[in-house]
Amino acid sequence: MPNLKDLKNRIASVKNTRKITKAMQMVAAAKLRRAQESAEQSRPYTERFNAVLGGLAASVGGSDSAPKLLSGTGKDDVHLLVIMTAERGLCGGFNSNIAKLGRARAQELIAQGKTVKILTVGKKGRDSIKREFGDNFVGHVDLSEVKRVGYDNAQDIARDILARFDASEFDVATIFYAKFVNVVTQIPTAQQIIPAAFDAVEGETASTLYDYEPSEEALLADLLPRGVATQIFAALLENGASEQGSRMSAMDNATRNAGEMIDKLTIEYNRSRQAVITNELIEIISGAEAL
Amino acid sequence: MANTMQFDLVSPERSLASLQVTAVQIPGADGDMTAMPGHSAVLTSLRPGVVHVQSPDGDKDFVVTRGFAEISADSVSVIAEHAHVGSDVKKADLEDVLTAARESASAASAEDKDAAEKFVADLVHLLENMD
Repeated sequence: MPNLKDLKNRIASVKNTRKITKAMQMVAAAKLRRAQESAEQSRPYTERFNAVLGGLAASVGGSDSAPKLLSGTGKDDVHLLVIMTAERGLCGGFNSNIAKLGRARAQELIAQGKTVKILTVGKKGRDSIKREFGDNFVGHVDLSEVKRVGYDNAQDIARDILARFDASEFDVATIFYAKFVNVVTQIPTAQQIIPAAFDAVEGETASTLYDYEPSEEALLADLLPRGVATQIFAALLENGASEQGSRMSAMDNATRNAGEMIDKLTIEYNRSRQAVITNELIEIISGAEAL
Repeated sequence: MANTMQFDLVSPERSLASLQVTAVQIPGADGDMTAMPGHSAVLTSLRPGVVHVQSPDGDKDFVVTRGFAEISADSVSVIAEHAHVGSDVKKADLEDVLTAARESASAASAEDKDAAEKFVADLVHLLENMD
């Protein structure tokens, strides 16, 4: 039988843990609201941008002069995987789910004989990816100092990727992030950003005949690099919301588990206490009888 | 013909304006242009400058750097990478952009150099006109 003092200490420590997880859950809930707001606010920009770019791409895309960012390099030998995870842990399966998807893709590509290069955003993903794919690792973007991701952060990442593309370091780039559905569901997603792939947004946009200033091609060449930044920004925001959502439900679970643990330990503590009292009584009675 | 049209100004971080306007002056890459209701459809990229909006409720200014504008007969959408409401734009913010632009201009390759330097020149011009 565990002794009473140990049990009491354990109950106290689990109670402290519960306080911490409870606090983390509430912080995550507040941050989630903010993250969702910024994701909401960036949506008009992303939607309009993609609509215009999609329309432009549809009209220029077929021609030979189409920029490489749109038509690709004509090969798909070297793949760049940009794996975006969180800077911090304690958020359930969030980081490992994204890393898992990225790893699966990397293995698949390597099995097909392609060259894989990996760029990570966020410390947690780097740690787990680097262990397995240390040789394929080409870079890391550190966002741990950033309190709130802004468009500038996305631009920096995009610049880095575009510089590598211009240096012909890769043919195809894919970003990995978690799409936020709700607090309990975040879907790890892979999205190809170079060559740019657009959802079919024809119809309305394509039917309007625009005058282009400067030329159609110049405009497209100007917009495509920004499209990369926009997509990265959207992914960063989705990721931010997913991380907080995931952390919130993980911490909610942890709080509940701690509660159950406290109940169980309390029952055990009370039983042992009773047993000790019974024992003492028996000792007293048998002592009195012996006289 | 309606005498107002829908005007939207969005930046990646938020949507800054969405209102009915009578005319919008846009700093297009090839020169300023003013769009009024019934304008033919134009898609233009922007140079750093001031978007001047005239609406029935009064005029408004927005400072934008980089982006593009989509003009159609009944709407104008300005999609800017950085946008500020004219009254609370801070010179320091723009100066940061300018410093970054100068750096990228000096680092740019020969074919991008013109564009980068034009961007810097436009920014300088914008800053000078703000006083």
